Amino acid sequence: MKVGIVCSRVRVEEKLLIAALKARQVGYDRIDPRKLDIDLAGEALSSYDGMLIRCLSHTRAYYITRWLEGMGVPAISPHQTVHTCGDKLMTTAALEEADVPSPRTRLAFTPSAALDAIEAMGYPVVLKPLFGSWGRLLARVNDRDAAEAILEHKKTLGGYQHSIVYIQEYVEKPGRDIRSFVVGDETICAIYRASEHWITNTARGGEASNCPVTPEIDALSRAAAKAVGGGFVAIDLFETSDGRLMVNEVNHTPEFRNSIDTTGVDIPAKVIDHLLEIAA
Amino acid sequence: MATCPECAAELDMPSDVVEGEILVCPDCGVELEVRGTDPIELDLAPEVEEDWGE
Repeated sequence: MKVGIVCSRVRVEEKLLIAALKARQVGYDRIDPRKLDIDLAGEALSSYDGMLIRCLSHTRAYYITRWLEGMGVPAISPHQTVHTCGDKLMTTAALEEADVPSPRTRLAFTPSAALDAIEAMGYPVVLKPLFGSWGRLLARVNDRDAAEAILEHKKTLGGYQHSIVYIQEYVEKPGRDIRSFVVGDETICAIYRASEHWITNTARGGEASNCPVTPEIDALSRAAAKAVGGGFVAIDLFETSDGRLMVNEVNHTPEFRNSIDTTGVDIPAKVIDHLLEIAA
Repeated sequence: MATCPECAAELDMPSDVVEGEILVCPDCGVELEVRGTDPIELDLAPEVEEDWGE
């Protein structure tokens, strides 16, 4: 058996995944997407039994997983998951279709339609770019003045994608959110991410602590993972003030360095074991 | 040892250094990408792109 790991940057996560491959004495190649040259009439990468996608770039992951799908090479995460999770609108659509609770969301294509949508939802709301991660370019909009300014900036300063306005209801959180990790059909662990800031990403300073996987967290996490296409995903969950859980986002190439010691779960081992299972 | 391409500082390499790893120059703070390990080859790491993420 031979597998590949597609990544440009080798971060802590990729080092741990490679160590787990070595521990299982599995042959692997590191594939740098910057050096890939795929002849679309050829059979590039088809000799691999499985592929681990760890691209930082969503676009590269999107096209590479599409290619692998055509070659019959199973990937973690698969193309459907990359396609769905890489675009917040696609994620929301998939969650809605699967009846997975998520914050109310509206879509608008012009600043005036977006302003109408925001006013109809009521303040505060959150504006998010369709693409991107790590809490970047999120805007909590508290009033009409801020809404007008941000919408004008998005229209004027951003590329075309920024003129598509994704408007999400603001969910009041208890100073934290939950991130759960699903591998295949198993919720392997979860963490709380606590922050005094409304953005709780650990990349933005949120503090991680262990979150016991309750039956409710388990069921919702697996339902969300299934809705987006499965693989290895991280689910961001909100706890509402009336005690419900809802899914905020799903990530298809999760970072997990802060979640191994915190939860006591060997996340890279679980991921590699699943890769070997689907590659067999 | 390797030389920072930005400020020419001499850098000690981790014993388990691998190609693709990102290091930070302790002198100038720039992010460096390990492009080769035998011999060590360093280049400035690419800036974060808009579509990067999890």
